Amino acid sequence: MSPTAAARQIDPPANGLPSHAGIYHYDQVDRDFLKQRVEQFRRQVARRLAGELTEDEFKPLRLMNGLYLQLHAYMLRVAVPYGVLTSRQVRQFGRIARQYDKGFGHFTTRQNLQFNWIKLVDVPAILDLLAEVDLHAIQTSGNCIRNVTSDQFAGVASDEVVDPRHYAEVLRQWSTLHPEFSFLPRKFKIAITGSSADRAAICIHDVGLIAKRDADGNVGFEVYVGGGLGRTPFIAKKLRDWLPEDQLIAYLEAVLRVYNAYGRRDNIYKARIKILVHELGIDAFRNEVEAEFARMPVAEYRLEPTIIDGIRARFASQPYEALEPISGVLARARLEDQAFNRWVRTNVAAHRQPGYAIATITLKPAGGIPGDVSADQMDAIADLADHYSFGEIRVTHEQNLVLAHVRQDDLPALWKALSAIGFGEANSGLITDIIACPGLDYCALANARSIPLAQRISERFADLDRQHHIGELKIKISGCINACGHHHVGHIGILGVDKKGVEAYQLTLGGSAAEVGAIGDIMGPALSADETVDAIESVVGVYLEQRQDGERFLDTLARIGHTPFKDKVYASH
Amino acid sequence: MPLIDSGKLVDDAWVRLGDDDALPAADVPVIVSLARFHKDRASLAGRNGGLGVWLASNQHPKDIADHLADFALVALDFPKFRDGRGFTIARELREHLGYRGVIRATGHTLPDQYLFLVRCGVTQVEIPEGRDPALWAHALTEIDTAYQVSVAGPLSMARLARHKTTEHAA
Repeated sequence: MSPTAAARQIDPPANGLPSHAGIYHYDQVDRDFLKQRVEQFRRQVARRLAGELTEDEFKPLRLMNGLYLQLHAYMLRVAVPYGVLTSRQVRQFGRIARQYDKGFGHFTTRQNLQFNWIKLVDVPAILDLLAEVDLHAIQTSGNCIRNVTSDQFAGVASDEVVDPRHYAEVLRQWSTLHPEFSFLPRKFKIAITGSSADRAAICIHDVGLIAKRDADGNVGFEVYVGGGLGRTPFIAKKLRDWLPEDQLIAYLEAVLRVYNAYGRRDNIYKARIKILVHELGIDAFRNEVEAEFARMPVAEYRLEPTIIDGIRARFASQPYEALEPISGVLARARLEDQAFNRWVRTNVAAHRQPGYAIATITLKPAGGIPGDVSADQMDAIADLADHYSFGEIRVTHEQNLVLAHVRQDDLPALWKALSAIGFGEANSGLITDIIACPGLDYCALANARSIPLAQRISERFADLDRQHHIGELKIKISGCINACGHHHVGHIGILGVDKKGVEAYQLTLGGSAAEVGAIGDIMGPALSADETVDAIESVVGVYLEQRQDGERFLDTLARIGHTPFKDKVYASH
Repeated sequence: MPLIDSGKLVDDAWVRLGDDDALPAADVPVIVSLARFHKDRASLAGRNGGLGVWLASNQHPKDIADHLADFALVALDFPKFRDGRGFTIARELREHLGYRGVIRATGHTLPDQYLFLVRCGVTQVEIPEGRDPALWAHALTEIDTAYQVSVAGPLSMARLARHKTTEHAA
């Protein structure tokens, strides 16, 4: 079969990167910039090692390059812009993991990759290796505009209105070393989606953007502000219903200026924009932003359509084959193999191109560590991406990977290959598809361990028949109130607390990061790790007893309320 | 405090006046607080030396908007290098208020912030005693790509990713 149309290839192939992967392909200006940035950080490290910078002064500089000091070592957080990678980039992760870490990497809720066992002196060399494949760790930490996140199905989802990647890339470039917004009161996270289904959790970001079209087909944005988790969780509030495409940058500058001028700097826990929005009220905040916006020389900040076209042109498109919309191979395989059929049901989503599908690789094998991938597994996934998905791999905020362009005919072979490396689990969106922060195993902030608890829950519910019987149920675990594991928006949220020096866990029910976001309610007193696993068993039991036809966990909870769950969990206490 | 202008160490003719300090000779340029400016406007006017005003990081440019013509210099305080309000204040003085005099950063800043300061419209930086001024000079050469509009250039979003700061710097 021949390709449907002349798919756009970036020519010459950038650094030998697979040229059909749906990333923004760097040009020479981007590469020169990145080299200079690595050199700048190399000198900063040298000044620190020579004692010319104090640790207090070095800290924000290293954070702006993604380097944290954790409990046992430095952690380097690599930016994966809006979660899209090439196979060559993933292989480079594998190389770094082998050479400078303990042979694995960890995908995070912000679509990034973390190396947890890094030495400070090695960081410039690691940044060189990343730059070789057009990657970096810029602004993955620090009080600046962080790596922009997006929908992992961008460009391929059947429900998509606008491809958010092009705008995410505009925002990535605009926010990179922004002279005015690199020393904000606190970190600033932007998420963007272009679909009716929100897979980017925009309601829990400092700014959330929904790209949409008006009746004439013009692109604009619905703008949300002040969402966030941490110790004071808020669902974002709507700031603008319609922001024309060409005003995107001007308007965001106005938002950031109001925040930089008025955001609190007296208390780290009250410094996020959500607190400013809450204290001023959304209407007063909006007035401030609109007043600033009205004063701006808007022409200078205008995002001309030609700019977006220029960026769009550096995204490759995929040479899809003209296929029948329904694959006979797939249909037969589903009938013949129940295990495969189950995987298709949970891990395969509809693709806008006839005959293709989107495959989610859950990094959550039974008893495994959510988001961890070994160097060998990285290589294997890169090979599969080359073979089945135009050399492209995506990272989801639920700590999974996606192959976004798989021929339906190829799904059986892909699933077999994934199963062979331990990632064929049919559990996307199910009870063992757990989000967990690194917790007390790594993190200096944590009160309790997250990973071992995730592993125990995963083991307890390992039976796939049972998982599929339970259906959609999202567990999210944070080791402390900073909420990196998004526990507030878990259907079942688990928060690690310190109960008189003993690790304990507080459960919440009813959170959601979907289109209608919600913060979960605390169930009752904190429990031990053993009790927590049993409590989840009890919650699931009540749900299965009470559910009526077709209800998901959240539906049953909304109908019968929290009391039956609470009563059951605390009955034995 | 050593003073850096355009990446070079320069002499500082300005005297920072405390609120109760006596006025020096009329040809000595002085920097006063906003409070003292309001209190002593009459005696501060008509001096031959320049007049400068010092803003704390929680004071707003709109507080001096009506008097900008009086000031040859505006000094902005950075109480800690992590307190980035001064970047927004400087840009606002240039962009919204059209201020063309000297903007001086005082307090705690790092050479690693110098390029950002310049791009936001700051012209001079008082650097902490004992720091190597060569680091500030070098800081201007480290990164020559700018991905966004700034008052020191580039002046539009056109060719978003393709600007060299050195080609456009004011």
